[in-house]
Amino acid sequence: MTRIFDDKVDIDLTVNGEPVEARVPAGQHVIDFLRQDLGLTGAHASCEHGVCGACTVQVDGTSVRGCLMLAAQLDGADVWTIEGLSDSETIRDLQEAFIARNALQCGFCTPGMLVAAEELLALGGVPERAAIREHLSGNYCRCTGYEAIVDAIETVARQRAGKVQA
Amino acid sequence: MKASAGGYARANDLSHAMELLASSKGMGRVLAGGQSLVAAMNMRLSTDDMLVDISRISELSGVTDDGETLRIGALTKHVEIGANPLIQTYAPLLAEAVSCIAHAAIRNRGTIGGALAHADPAAEFPACMLALGATLHICGPDGERSVEIEDFFQDLFETSLEEDEILTAITIPKAATDEQQVLLEVARRSGDYALVGLCLVVRSTGHRISLLSVGSTPVLARNAMAQLDQGDVDGAVAALRDEIDPTSDTQASASYRRHIAGILLRRAVAQAIGDIA
Ligand SMILES: Cc1cc2nc3c(=O)[nH]c(=O)nc-3n(C[C@H](O)[C@H](O)[C@H](O)COP(=O)(O)OP(=O)(O)OC[C@H]3O[C@@H](n4cnc5c(N)ncnc54)[C@H](O)[C@@H]3O)c2cc1C
Ligand code: FES
Ligand code: FES
Repeated sequence: MTRIFDDKVDIDLTVNGEPVEARVPAGQHVIDFLRQDLGLTGAHASCEHGVCGACTVQVDGTSVRGCLMLAAQLDGADVWTIEGLSDSETIRDLQEAFIARNALQCGFCTPGMLVAAEELLALGGVPERAAIREHLSGNYCRCTGYEAIVDAIETVARQRAGKVQA
Repeated sequence: MKASAGGYARANDLSHAMELLASSKGMGRVLAGGQSLVAAMNMRLSTDDMLVDISRISELSGVTDDGETLRIGALTKHVEIGANPLIQTYAPLLAEAVSCIAHAAIRNRGTIGGALAHADPAAEFPACMLALGATLHICGPDGERSVEIEDFFQDLFETSLEEDEILTAITIPKAATDEQQVLLEVARRSGDYALVGLCLVVRSTGHRISLLSVGSTPVLARNAMAQLDQGDVDGAVAALRDEIDPTSDTQASASYRRHIAGILLRRAVAQAIGDIA
């Protein structure tokens, strides 16, 4: 076969605000690329078929499953992982609320949980608890029982809406 | 397990995608949102594909008003369908379906064309399109063709799409102002595939009923439709339970599915008539 199809694909993207150039295997998903090639081990690879949410990262402003997108598809993309979101302090209030409310135990689900939560919070307003649960329905947590996570997100929504002093 | 792909190529436009498929010598595989395909690759259910990434072909995305019909580009994402004002006004069934499909991060990438081509009998969009009476527009090496949705689904994950063809768009009749569209389903958890789901469309020309998760394809319940056209709800429920042939699996038994299907039909009729009153 002619080389119309590449088994290694060149990509040029931005990760956490920094330009990145890479050559990735055709079948590699975003999480393996972030973890193994870039050393960004915050987002986790767990079920690798879209069910658990541990791999959730931001691509071009929306949350995506890192395990269900190929690294080859990232050409030109703007990617944010928990590392970048932490360094930029974009979600500092959310992280502090998670700590204050004990919304994590082992922490395995937390990076994906925070990205999913931030997507909901970015819509503005104070979502109902049911809406928070619904939005997190694709993010599994095996430790906390979710109640504390919902509390933390609701608290931050109120803070951001100016309804409670931080 | 890790995915194995034979190769990857990004299509710039539809004709480029057709060229890529033609040059793949039967190993080509269209990659749209990847929300079913990449999962299958990770599980090695699909290996060594020559991936033709169509996800950036902007001409295949978006919803347009064509007068009598709505035209939905195959690459329109679930999240876009849910938020689209034309869909909300003229095909509320599809907007309703979006809230039942998976989770936000999956809806951000999954496409309506991918959902139809994947033809999962438990998926919402295939059943909705049956109830709406959609027409599918397909591009192949010899040009374009159209297929009525009733002729599209062949078997489990099998459609009348050939491997060198691309689904480009779907057209559906625009709902009249008095048309009722209802989707009801039973699922154990939010975002799960439904154990049973039912779509009811009430038009001046008659009733259309389709079901998901009751067989190897989505099902159009023609006998139940005929009974409802005569105004016989009990007859429709009986006909429906009779004409479907659901299977038992770890999620639910066949008899439970059959029972729930009838209940969903009653509820859907009540909701549709309630809406009119
Ligand atoms: C955890 C999880 C839960 C889910 N839950 C639900 C649910 O509750 N309900 C539901 O309906 N869906 C559900 N889905 C599936 C989701 O809706 C997918 O987005 C959809 O089935 C496939 O769309 P895609 O664009 O991602 O297609 P892809 O994964 O890219 O492709 C799927 C298949 O279709 C082919 N294909 C794609 N586009 C075209 C085209 N234009 N022309 C020809 N062939 C094409 C591909 O070659 C491939 O074989 C779920 C998925 C996951 C991972
Ligand atoms: S690893 Fe991606 S959803 Fe579980
Ligand atoms: S804190 Fe352990 S999985 Fe959520």
